[in-house]
Amino acid sequence: MILTSEQQAILNGEKGETLAKVMKTLVMYGDAFEAEKLVPITSKYNHLVTSFGLKVMSPVYDLMQTLLDAGVASGQKFSVDPRPLDKNVPANFLQNFVFNKFMYTKQSFYEDQLEKLGLMDKNAFSCTCYMDEVGNQPKKGDVLSWAESSAVVYANSVLGARCNRNSGIIDIMGSIVGYVPYFGLLTDEGRKATWIIRVKTTKKPEAQLLGSAIGMKVMEDVPYIYGLTEHIGNELNDAAKAYLKDFGAATASNGAVGLYHIDGLTPEAVELGEALIAEGAKEYIIDDAELERVQANYPVIWKNPDAKPKLCFIGCPHLSLEQLKTWTDNIEAALKENGTAKVQIPTVLTAAPGVLEVFNKTEYAERLKATGVITSYICPLMYMNNPLCKKMPVITSSNKLRTYTSARYYTDAQILEAITKGGK
Amino acid sequence: MKKFQGRVITPGAVTAEAVVTTQGFNTLASLQMALQFGDKQVKCGDQNNPELHGKPLIGKALCLPQTIGSTTGGLVLYCACAMQKNPACMLFANHIDSLAAAGAVLADVWVDGVTMPVIDSLGDEFLAYVKDGMKITVKEDGVVEVE
Repeated sequence: MILTSEQQAILNGEKGETLAKVMKTLVMYGDAFEAEKLVPITSKYNHLVTSFGLKVMSPVYDLMQTLLDAGVASGQKFSVDPRPLDKNVPANFLQNFVFNKFMYTKQSFYEDQLEKLGLMDKNAFSCTCYMDEVGNQPKKGDVLSWAESSAVVYANSVLGARCNRNSGIIDIMGSIVGYVPYFGLLTDEGRKATWIIRVKTTKKPEAQLLGSAIGMKVMEDVPYIYGLTEHIGNELNDAAKAYLKDFGAATASNGAVGLYHIDGLTPEAVELGEALIAEGAKEYIIDDAELERVQANYPVIWKNPDAKPKLCFIGCPHLSLEQLKTWTDNIEAALKENGTAKVQIPTVLTAAPGVLEVFNKTEYAERLKATGVITSYICPLMYMNNPLCKKMPVITSSNKLRTYTSARYYTDAQILEAITKGGK
Repeated sequence: MKKFQGRVITPGAVTAEAVVTTQGFNTLASLQMALQFGDKQVKCGDQNNPELHGKPLIGKALCLPQTIGSTTGGLVLYCACAMQKNPACMLFANHIDSLAAAGAVLADVWVDGVTMPVIDSLGDEFLAYVKDGMKITVKEDGVVEVE
């Protein structure tokens, strides 16, 4: 890798041993991908994936403390993934004990570290940092040092920013020195599609199911997708963005997709069209039967597959304001149709603190509360990542949550029926 | 015995028993529960990986195409190394992915006293040949012997 004199000086230790190790990390990381150079980060804010003060992650907090002790801080303010705890979310005595006294004992300590390192504000905890209400939305062409997989794929695909699927810790190291290695999704060549996906479903495919199918098929490759605008339109409005947010999160968690192009919709596909497709791209056709096959093949790891669900999470990644409103309308209507007033399964809708703040000022908030649904800023994934939840029958419309936990996936329509009618 | 030449991501020499996955290794799903709750064998917790689910990973030669899943993957791998709960080595048939590369590099630069050789680009033939329980010897120059 060819470094500038400034970068070389940092690597040589002229600005201290710790900064030299940060630079060495980025150079070795880039070398693994034959990166020829480091390029400046151009976004206003960074976004970090590590939001949780898990006791087991002590090596991470030790490393952060090493950075703080050496007097280095992020060159950018940053947002961070959602908090793992919220007392509004139902938890029994044992769960609360395990969460607070065993698992997340480092939470306050770590949040204090984040503030010192450059946290945007005390509410900047969400995986959907790019929402207007959160305020960390990069511009087209911006170079980022983000890590959260669902945010990276959204920033690349929907906003046209440029970011690799970096890991946690690498994200903050980039913004400490202000550079990231130039490879992969930062390059024009790396943004070309090596898969052509043809959506041939008879109705709008479920975003999180379609994303899952594509993710499992293409893994880390870039897909170029035909046939989706027939279902979601060719305008990047709130509904389309919410769809793509959920779709992208599923591609990233069920596979390792960092960028997708939707023909006629996403900015680079609109600008460059089929020129984005690499020679020899493979093809994958998705019809109704294929989506049914994908959903039917998800393993059910509940001890009792017929157990009545005890909790439902909707909002991984966090919901948009419009999605909160739509869920409110849909839950109300379904309850009315069923002649009941409250949801039959404890249900949590999750969204960014900033989104919830705006939502709570609308008339929807009281209406949703009347249905018995809880809203929260929690990370459902962090809530569920423990053996107690493994034994608990939780349902979700998030394919990301399904992938990493014992939660069982259902489509939005199936979830709506379950929480308003009860049963499986 | 068969030899495969790979590319060295982080150097080292080790001999260990193979555990093999032909599908992507989901680092978070595989390791987090075991690390969190002190599983000494670090059994794989990924329900979506029938080849590895429930199998011990600590001290093994983990043979895989690539890693997948959450971008906490690199820091989870880094933590596994810092806690000395890591595989003996990681042997990639494909080009290494960004999350595994980050984890390997973070461990190499920031963790003292732990060596986890990571070799990539060993090829499809490597993954087709290697089976659970085979003896793996990794050399400093990226040569991997399988017997």
